[in-house]
Amino acid sequence: MPQYVIRRFLLIIPVFILVSFLVYSLLLLLPGDPAVALLGENPEPERLEQIRRDLGLDRPIYVQYFEWFYRVIRGDFGHSIQTGEPVVEALKQRFPVTLQIGLTALLISLIISLPIGVYSGAKRNSFSDHIAMILAYFTAALPSFFLGILLILIFSISLRWLAPAGYVSPTEDLWLSIKSTIMPALTLGLGGSAVLVRQIRSSMVDELSQDYIRTARAKGLSEFTVLTRHALRNGLIPVVTVLGVQVGYLLGGAVIVETIFAVPGMGRLAVFAFFQRDLPMAQGVVLVTAAAMLVVNFVVDISYRFLDPRIQYR
Amino acid sequence: MREFLVGLWPLIKSVGQNRLALFGAAVVFLVAVVAIFAPFIATHDPLAQDPYNKLQPPSIEHLMGTDDLGRDVFSRVVYGSRTTVAVAITSVALATVVGIPLGLVAGYSGRWINAGIMRVMDTLLAFPTLILALAIASSLGPGFKSSVIAISVLGLPIFARLVCASTLSVKETEYVLAAKSIGCSGFRIVAIHIFPNVTSPIIVQGTLFIGYAILLEAALSFIGLGIPPPSPTWGQMLRASYPYLQDQPWLPLAPGIPVFLVVLAINFLGDGLRDALDPKLKSVRHVV
Repeated sequence: MPQYVIRRFLLIIPVFILVSFLVYSLLLLLPGDPAVALLGENPEPERLEQIRRDLGLDRPIYVQYFEWFYRVIRGDFGHSIQTGEPVVEALKQRFPVTLQIGLTALLISLIISLPIGVYSGAKRNSFSDHIAMILAYFTAALPSFFLGILLILIFSISLRWLAPAGYVSPTEDLWLSIKSTIMPALTLGLGGSAVLVRQIRSSMVDELSQDYIRTARAKGLSEFTVLTRHALRNGLIPVVTVLGVQVGYLLGGAVIVETIFAVPGMGRLAVFAFFQRDLPMAQGVVLVTAAAMLVVNFVVDISYRFLDPRIQYR
Repeated sequence: MREFLVGLWPLIKSVGQNRLALFGAAVVFLVAVVAIFAPFIATHDPLAQDPYNKLQPPSIEHLMGTDDLGRDVFSRVVYGSRTTVAVAITSVALATVVGIPLGLVAGYSGRWINAGIMRVMDTLLAFPTLILALAIASSLGPGFKSSVIAISVLGLPIFARLVCASTLSVKETEYVLAAKSIGCSGFRIVAIHIFPNVTSPIIVQGTLFIGYAILLEAALSFIGLGIPPPSPTWGQMLRASYPYLQDQPWLPLAPGIPVFLVVLAINFLGDGLRDALDPKLKSVRHVV
């Protein structure tokens, strides 16, 4: 097991290098010269040349990439072209906000999908199963930008329960922070729950047809124990795989919900960086989110062994 | 042609027996008709501004009201379907045209070529989808071409991996071994013997990806990186309605409901096709 963990971890390195190269080369295509973005329109040619030299833009691209990558692995992403702020500081401020909304969304997804998925799987083809599956279809087809607007129409404009936009940090005011997180997290979480419900139901249907379930029932175990301790436990592997995919959806979806609800997280930072041609900031945001995905995929792979001790890693 | 249509009949019959898939097919057909005949269905010029009649509620004159520039929302929704359909179909076509050969080569070739192609595909999958789409669309500048390329790049690894996995399984079958033993070239084996046998999952995934492409196009337009104004797109209309939610709540519903309905219909149709073509395939989608 430890050997597998080390080997699986080492596999992240080449993918991370490829990801970093793709991020660097892709974002170099961003229209506009970063030196011009820094100095404004019609800069003096000597000053422009100086800034280009300072930023290293006069050197070959592969040299620029290796220098950038060397700085990145030491935690130095450079400075924002627009604000002059170190990119790492901006990421440190924004990442916890996205994490808070993402984790709340994941929690909402699980709270909704676990009971519904297990029940639907256990009562396959019943009326309630059909209703649950139709609702899952409907929720899966609702785009987050439309769902977010619908939630604002319901909770902010009609019921006046929640503010339509804005974010409060939990260190400032915990209650206001929870209130400001609900709608963005619900927007992301509902979409995610649709996929999870279908996966959990499908896993439960597969597991409940196995012989060991008949044995468990024959032993006189309660239906609740059979469903949760036997069927669900064994059906968790595909669910965890989907959960890993959901993290990517949450990180990507953050771009939309943070834009709708004016939340100062990674998604909104990415949009600002791209619109303002802030190359170091854009590179930092994309690389950190991609690295987060790699870590999540790693954790998902490792978790299989804990969920099912029969799995042998070679 | 006759043989092709006769071959399609069991598929059409199976989809026809699935009520949800039938509903999906009907909605998709309706959207295609609306997109093709938009000039005949729209009641107004979608770009014509009327400052004296801005933000009007739905009425006989303006079926879905007017927007902040006095433009007819119904006509913009009708014309918006053209953009949506065009971007979605072009993206899926591009993703399959590049992804299928890559998957076939990766699956049929040796270990190293397979590993090389698949690691690049893994790299593309390592990005959160919308972040990668954002990076590509902003690098190329907003527009039809950049939206199509951004969405295709996201679809590329999905099709390449799917085709690679199917090819790995088909290439071990006896008829492929027989073709090899009589001296068929690698190209002939892949094109004539393997490719026709991996098309079912491609049809299913391609249909489902059209729904995903519609969501992505709308998301890019919503952020401001899709097709630039004044051409109407559903995502852009949703974004433009945002400041008027308080007093004109119908504005976001007009483009939002069509996006929802089309994606729902495509998901129904895709799942119906999956059940008809390959019941063992289980799709797990995630939306934007």
